Amino acid sequence: MNKKAISLTVNGRVREALVPPRMLLSDFIRHELELPGTHVGCEHGVCGSCNVVVDGKAVRSCLMFAVQANGTEITTVEGYDTAEGLHPIQQAFWEEHGLQCGFCTPGMLAAAKELLAANPDPGDDEIREAISGNLCRCTGYEFIINAIRSAAKAMREAEIQKTLQPA
Amino acid sequence: MSIAKPLPHDAAVLHVTGQARYVDDVPVPAGCLHLAFGLSDIASGRIVSVNLEAVRASPGVRKVLTAPDLPFANDVSPSAHDEPLLAINRVHYVGQPLFLVVADSHLQARLAARLAQVEIDADQPLLTLDEALAADSRFEDGPRVYGRGDVKDAMCSAPCRLQGQIRIGGQEHFYLEGQAALAVPGEGGDMHVHSSTQHPTEIQHKVADALGQPMHAVRVETRRMGGGFGGKESQGNALAVACAVAAHLMNKPCKMRYDRDDDMIITGKRHDFRIDYDVGFHVDGRIIALDVQQFTRCGWAQDLSLPVADRAMLHADNAYFLPAVRIESHRLKTNTQSATAFRGFGGPQGMLGMERIIDHVAAHLKLDPLRVRERNYYQKEGGLSAPRLQEPQLPPEDVSDPERETRNTTPYGQVVQDFILHDLTNKLVAAADYSDRREAIEAWNSENELLKKGIAFSPVKFGISFTLTHLNQAGALVHVYQDGSIHLNHGGTEMGQGLFQKVAQVAASRFGVGLDSVRITPTDTAKVPNTSATAASSGSDLNGMAVKLACDDIRCRMACHLALLHQCRPDEVRFRDGHVETPGKIYTFAEAAQSAYMGRVSLSATGFYKTPDISWDRIKGKGRPFFYFAYGAAITEVVIDTLTGENRILRADILHDAGASLNPALDRGQIEGGYVQGAGWLTMEELVWDDAGRLKTHAPSTYKIPACSDRPEIFNVTLWDGENKADTIYKSKAVGEPPLMLGMSAFFAISDACAACGANYPDLQAPATPEQIMAAIGRARG
Repeated sequence: MNKKAISLTVNGRVREALVPPRMLLSDFIRHELELPGTHVGCEHGVCGSCNVVVDGKAVRSCLMFAVQANGTEITTVEGYDTAEGLHPIQQAFWEEHGLQCGFCTPGMLAAAKELLAANPDPGDDEIREAISGNLCRCTGYEFIINAIRSAAKAMREAEIQKTLQPA
Repeated sequence: MSIAKPLPHDAAVLHVTGQARYVDDVPVPAGCLHLAFGLSDIASGRIVSVNLEAVRASPGVRKVLTAPDLPFANDVSPSAHDEPLLAINRVHYVGQPLFLVVADSHLQARLAARLAQVEIDADQPLLTLDEALAADSRFEDGPRVYGRGDVKDAMCSAPCRLQGQIRIGGQEHFYLEGQAALAVPGEGGDMHVHSSTQHPTEIQHKVADALGQPMHAVRVETRRMGGGFGGKESQGNALAVACAVAAHLMNKPCKMRYDRDDDMIITGKRHDFRIDYDVGFHVDGRIIALDVQQFTRCGWAQDLSLPVADRAMLHADNAYFLPAVRIESHRLKTNTQSATAFRGFGGPQGMLGMERIIDHVAAHLKLDPLRVRERNYYQKEGGLSAPRLQEPQLPPEDVSDPERETRNTTPYGQVVQDFILHDLTNKLVAAADYSDRREAIEAWNSENELLKKGIAFSPVKFGISFTLTHLNQAGALVHVYQDGSIHLNHGGTEMGQGLFQKVAQVAASRFGVGLDSVRITPTDTAKVPNTSATAASSGSDLNGMAVKLACDDIRCRMACHLALLHQCRPDEVRFRDGHVETPGKIYTFAEAAQSAYMGRVSLSATGFYKTPDISWDRIKGKGRPFFYFAYGAAITEVVIDTLTGENRILRADILHDAGASLNPALDRGQIEGGYVQGAGWLTMEELVWDDAGRLKTHAPSTYKIPACSDRPEIFNVTLWDGENKADTIYKSKAVGEPPLMLGMSAFFAISDACAACGANYPDLQAPATPEQIMAAIGRARG
């Protein structure tokens, strides 16, 4: 099959590639871009482990072809932290014990990222709703909810700090 | 001291930044080949022919192997040598590997594996417990029987008597990371295997046999698993052996991972059970005699089914004294996946049977099941049962002494010396406001026709130790480098439970340094040999102690060296706060290590631990199989919809005993996760096979594990404040498996809600799916 040329931005870096039309975005990210932090759990769009952020939305990368991602901007788990350190969501999952085996974590982070971008102060019900499509077999979800609540607070406080600082 | 602190998981930062590597993420050397199994689609029959022409011709395929192509042992069984890697002559279940495809890519291997033309002369499979029982298809010659007393006599003397049956479904592990292995051939026949396994030593053993090599030629490494839950105790053998054999034949690295559907179709699950009971009791609910029959569906190969069924028998009492008891266990052989270890290892099924009996007795007597539970509890030991004071070490109990047969001896003769459930129950019942809520629910139910609420309490007493006594051993390897950094290795594996962090906390505490001085390294059979599986909740008990002994050995050598230098006694040398203090001088830990190195002192040590005081005769069913017991209890409130059978967990209150916790945050994680997994097993996770033996629920689209919305809306979890009475690492208790059984309270709460629909016992079967709930409501209404 003819390969298709795609160009997309992944974790701030422009990536160009020739891909088979049926290559999954998850396989493209893991094998072509060598970013194995995105995990493949069920391979048919149910478990949410492979979630990545595509143009601000948490998307199941096992249900999307790489060609469909042409022109998009993608953030994977490898791209959340900055030169200043961990993103508040990462920090909170670490400090609030929001993981055990860690396999669902990248997908949870993507779901949390989408939620907190749209809703900086979610209630617990909204947090539960936001991660209801992400399966975790280890934690019982309690600490994950705590982590997202705590991240939201940290992000709000950081936002306030930013507005208080002189330009 | 880093002990007892709620420190986050050691790899948490790696996980949140995507740097944590699972087997499938390890960068592979160039030319790595990928494997897939071709599977049987027939449950039972003789293999007539296997035409692999199309498979071999498929793009990217390098080689296709069948049983005769395997150079040495064709065996991946962890027990009875009855599980070939590739089928020989016959197939025994739908999903059994028939041949192995070696290809350039994962997808090419999987595509090619579908192209075989296989002719199988199918015969009638035995799929269910009842079919196997009727055909007398079983492991071992007949049923195993444990017990004590004259059950017949006692039964006749009982004023009340009941019979019943409960069917308990199995459970898919659904570890988020599927099974995976990678084998890299070395020089001179060496093989380096990366495996997602709870049992690296067994992988090493099976790979060595498959390659015709001694174990020293095989090195197995496991950094982490994405969940295990028992599903990676033996089920990783096939992939590792396949990779090693292919790597040996092709002289190339070979990798294999199961796609989710293949994983669920090929690998074993929790054993499903049928439990029949006949119970005699007093009018106050105290049990006089109990006759229990446990029927266990083991699948096609023995795997770990015998110890699983044994543990079910050993937990048939749960927390209750049974004066006269007979437990009969049938291990039935069927043409289904070979059922395997799963968190609790038979204990949950045995316990659920007992809890069902208590629930049934309480319903018969119209008593609060909580009261009946308390009346049947083992006797409380005098005073605090988990005292904080250090007690002198007691000699092993003489279990043969008939004078010891008080109300704290188990059916298998072990005296329960640490029974804390009386106090624990009182505390939980008060904290959760059980009695008032029970009344409120009754009132609510009388006003609501369509929705019914239920509440239930259930306790857990879980025996800690491998019942196969020789497995209760562990090793560790610790190096202190001359810059004061510490390299830590032990035989336990990390699957998310936080074992590595707990053990690192032990090491840091022994040397009085911060955790950042301790490097946690992957489990490696070349560093610590002859390890047991990380299973039976034993990980931190065994490995924590082995690491402590290794650290103490090095510490002792360092202290002796410094004592000589400073003319003091070695016990005057203190290791704390990153320093080593002598009466004459305070060193940083790094300076002390440097000084010891310059003084030509060995700074490397192994540690070895074996659990004391245990002995067990599994044929007679007598002895002390467990070093101690872990306890816990839960109260769950649910609501059901009587029109649809749907249920929701409204609230769960848990009080769980982790001894003096090594890390309360990690332990809480185990307790919450265990509860949700246990509740999932009994309320929503349903495995369905069709009449031809095909598993129809082989992906999360059809097999539902609890999602965030299924966990209790109110979830109160508290750790019991008390030390382990047994001499364990820092007086902590094992916490991996016991909390799973707290989920039983959700099942009995649903049963309670069904009971509110009518006058009869609802006889709820597990899992309590909407269909089962509707059936139970029907029975309750009569």
